[in-house]
Amino acid sequence: MKLPIYLDNHATTRCDPAVVEAMLPYLTEVFGNAGSRNHAFGWAAQAGVDQAREQLADLIGADPKEIVYTSGATESDNLAVIGVARFYKDKGRHLITTNIEHKAVLDACHALEKEGFEVTYLPVDKEGIVTAAQVADAIRPDTILVSVMHSNNEIGVVQDIAAIGAVCREKGVIFHSDAVQSLGKIPFDVTKLNVDLVSISAHKMYGPKGIGALYVRRGRPRIRIEPLIFGGGQERGIRSGTHAVHQIVGLGKAAELAKAAFTNGEVDRVRGLRDRLWTKLQTIDEVYINGPDPSDRVRRLPNNLNVSLAYCEGEAMMMAIKDLAVSSGSACTSASLEPSYVLRALGVEVELAHTSIRFGIGRFNTIEEIDYAADLVAAKVGWLREMSPLYELVKEGVDLKSISWTAH
Amino acid sequence: MAYSDKVVDHYENPRNVGTLDKNADDVGTGLVGAPACGDVMKLQLKISDDGIIEDAKFKTFGCGSAIASSSLVTEMVKGKSIAYAETISNSTIAEELNLPPVKIHCSVLAEDAIKAAIADYQKKRAAKLANAEATAAAAKA
Repeated sequence: MKLPIYLDNHATTRCDPAVVEAMLPYLTEVFGNAGSRNHAFGWAAQAGVDQAREQLADLIGADPKEIVYTSGATESDNLAVIGVARFYKDKGRHLITTNIEHKAVLDACHALEKEGFEVTYLPVDKEGIVTAAQVADAIRPDTILVSVMHSNNEIGVVQDIAAIGAVCREKGVIFHSDAVQSLGKIPFDVTKLNVDLVSISAHKMYGPKGIGALYVRRGRPRIRIEPLIFGGGQERGIRSGTHAVHQIVGLGKAAELAKAAFTNGEVDRVRGLRDRLWTKLQTIDEVYINGPDPSDRVRRLPNNLNVSLAYCEGEAMMMAIKDLAVSSGSACTSASLEPSYVLRALGVEVELAHTSIRFGIGRFNTIEEIDYAADLVAAKVGWLREMSPLYELVKEGVDLKSISWTAH
Repeated sequence: MAYSDKVVDHYENPRNVGTLDKNADDVGTGLVGAPACGDVMKLQLKISDDGIIEDAKFKTFGCGSAIASSSLVTEMVKGKSIAYAETISNSTIAEELNLPPVKIHCSVLAEDAIKAAIADYQKKRAAKLANAEATAAAAKA
């Protein structure tokens, strides 16, 4: 077993060797510009771009013509939200989203507010769920777009996108969903889920960084968007710029492997590792799950675990378990010194938000690594609690809420 | 966060972790910070009648630099006078540990902890002296 162990697969994933292998020729012999229509170098590059489009469309049940390549999910989210808003602004200027969306959606909404759009940020319940009924209630005659992520990167909550999409379809509102964390982990089909726009990222599914896609529905309803990037007219003018052919080929291969994950046992194996980790961590005193219970197969990603280890501050914990690459919602790990807005939106107490640790299990993790991780966390929780004045007070029977703390 | 070797050393091998009897007359306890802010420090000083800090113990809930700041402070004050301890400023702690700007508040908290522990000791001592005077006056009468 090699240390440190990578358990941060929501942040990014390692490129699958098969992805790298598929990409390499496009950095050497097949170097042409896919836009060069009149020679063999261009045709070969175009063939790679086309094949990847088919692979990606196949993963989400789309038509290849509905795939628009982007630089990644940040651009896809921006393009979906801002692109729709600007195209349909004469129809209405109201958008609906949730307060646990990725910053690429939230900050795009904030930018639109400055352009005169109005945005409703729906709250979520204590597990992170937003309901179709909430969306239905929020839709107004001037609503043009609803954006709700399929699964959340921090707490792994999976929304009932099919129901939300049905509401949007019925009311004639365009529906965007960020599916970055879902692909290859839970089934995702654009028709079954009633989505019109879908953000996709390669590097969250064992593909390369710097490439993603936006699914844009072409028929019933046909979605139009205003481009954000102008130039050579690639991607039907929606997204100009020379195709990053090697990256696109990597995205395509990653999509093919993501589809296979449902039939080759990967999804179940990863879920087994996550469940094993959770079972072991539950032997620790005062460990709290953030988000839906991991036994909930519908509403939680199979590869995600987010726990609060009470009385152990998150950054200190990460230093203590430096053999593990994980992440925390603690304020001390963010530049803003604010704890995770996602955990806060769930109503997780600030005290517990500071002690949260997120594990993202992936394709390359092993049972040995999971066991090592669980044992290490348990040992270091003990070590940090020995050092924690809060744990000492609680053990003495003091109610921490009875102390008048001085905020600083 | 990329920390200095000194922070990492104090974090991995914290000095003087523990608890002194908070009810003892010669122990001052400072509890500063707030769980909601992500850091709480408890610093305890055992102080002799002539104002020398004979022992120092801490417990800290907080990030690596908060733990390191409190650990460092216990080392700095041990065997020193109250008068000296009172002069330790947050900038001294921050410089000693080479704290990144975003972590300066940890050193502020450590300074506050020293001041709170000394204040607690002095309050106890004043109460004790007043008590002794009252007893003496009562004996005289």
